[in-house]
Amino acid sequence: MKEIWIITKRELQAYFDSLMAYILLILFLGFSGFFTWIYGSDIFFVKQANLQVFFNIAYWTLFFFIPALTMRLLSEENRSGTIELLLTKPISEWQVIVAKFLAALLLIVAALFLTLPYYITVSSLGNIDNGAVFSGYLALILVSGMYIAIGLFTSSVTNNQIVAYLLALSIGIFFQIIFQMLSTNLTGILGGITDYLSINSHFDSMTRGVIDSRDLVYFFSVMLLGLVFSESMLMKKRSV
Amino acid sequence: MDIVIENMTKTYGRQKAVDNISLQVKTGEVLGFLGPNGAGKTTTMKAITSFLIPDSGKIFIGNISVNDNPQEAKKNIGYLPENNPLYEDMPVIDYLQFCAGIEGVAKDKINDKVREVIQTCGITREKHKKISELSKGYKQRVGLAQALIHDPEVLILDEPTTGLDPNQIVEIRELIKKIGKEKTVILSSHILAEVEATCDRIMIINKGKIVADGTAEELRGQAQGSEMLKVTIEDGSLDEIFKGLQLLNTVELVDFADKSTQTFQVKSKPGQSSRREVFNLCVKNGWTLTQLTFVETRLEDIFRELTLEN
Repeated sequence: MKEIWIITKRELQAYFDSLMAYILLILFLGFSGFFTWIYGSDIFFVKQANLQVFFNIAYWTLFFFIPALTMRLLSEENRSGTIELLLTKPISEWQVIVAKFLAALLLIVAALFLTLPYYITVSSLGNIDNGAVFSGYLALILVSGMYIAIGLFTSSVTNNQIVAYLLALSIGIFFQIIFQMLSTNLTGILGGITDYLSINSHFDSMTRGVIDSRDLVYFFSVMLLGLVFSESMLMKKRSV
Repeated sequence: MDIVIENMTKTYGRQKAVDNISLQVKTGEVLGFLGPNGAGKTTTMKAITSFLIPDSGKIFIGNISVNDNPQEAKKNIGYLPENNPLYEDMPVIDYLQFCAGIEGVAKDKINDKVREVIQTCGITREKHKKISELSKGYKQRVGLAQALIHDPEVLILDEPTTGLDPNQIVEIRELIKKIGKEKTVILSSHILAEVEATCDRIMIINKGKIVADGTAEELRGQAQGSEMLKVTIEDGSLDEIFKGLQLLNTVELVDFADKSTQTFQVKSKPGQSSRREVFNLCVKNGWTLTQLTFVETRLEDIFRELTLEN
């Protein structure tokens, strides 16, 4: 556990040293703030005291930003050979994977934390449903965790950051759009499966304030799968 | 802690990188791996550090099996990989603190330990610089510092002196020798003089197999077999001297080393010495013997002989 935290700290340090963290925070707050308060079907247009608008914007912003955050995590170690240094220290592949996952997740949580003024503002404008806000934020964190796990995996298969980014986006787009499209066109079991695989159905119910164990199982299993695949990629490199 | 390798084999595709190697290195011994590029030195070292999993065979660090208990084994190893990969975006001191942390150095001892290795490796003036700003030699020292940070019983150094200037090479050699007195060290190199200067034992690997193993003297003895002399004789004609030498009973082969100074290379028959005969020959003919020296087989020659194809 101690080792995991040491690596996580180093990764966070690397995010801030490379300005990546600042760029992400500014862009995330800029985008989500602009579309939540100023432009399009913003909060004043919707005229309801909830954060639905923000959650939907953040949902899309994170979809594009998270792969940029995760693309470096393992591909850079593969390219520069530092992975050898890390894995010959008395730590396991799993600890490395979890540490890097946590670093990216903590950065996202920090970004979400900085949107707290949105909540304060909206709650002063009307009668806000605190439960829905809580479960909405939880949903964003879970979606982020899922995309981080996917990004970590794509970062583990290559030593090129751009390849890792694009690969993560193309896997993500299935969960974000394609499964949902399929589910509306398919019927029967296939329709049910694609509907369950699509993030939308899980995310929507959570932002409305419903925390269902089925949704939690969904998010955690994709996360776990991504992490396990990343770990096995690291292991595979050692027995080639 | 001893390092023991038993019948290790590792193949990449169809090529056998390491072919059924067995070896043992005792505590306090510095073993030098020599071999041409692609001989299997790095593969063997990676297997010891558990970074590569061999196809078959067992590796032990002390009594700990690297195969069964890699985490425990790794605690006892300090490793400087080939090409010395480092987190270039970190300052030296942060990097070493990070390494100390994951090596499990107790929190209150980390700063002392870091200060200690910075001193030993001579990077005091560079400690606040970013690693990417350092020259190759200083990066190499950081790599070495990182390997020493947790006071490991076993040190695995893959080409530790590449990129260092001659002064630094001497310093690092001294350092390795000093460390090697109490610890088990394996280092690889293709600089023969370096291996001879630092290592108690030399192991030459070629095409995944151990082709020679022993101290520098032992290797020389094995390769030498018969005596080689360098002889300079004056006050006689070149041809006469050549013939005279060739007719000696103990001499197998005579070669011109330098015609202008009348220097010859004389190879004796196995197990015999021609020194007396050469001297007597000169006395008999009234020639003047100005040089009579042993030619030591150089490590380079042994190396070439063992690793060159056909």
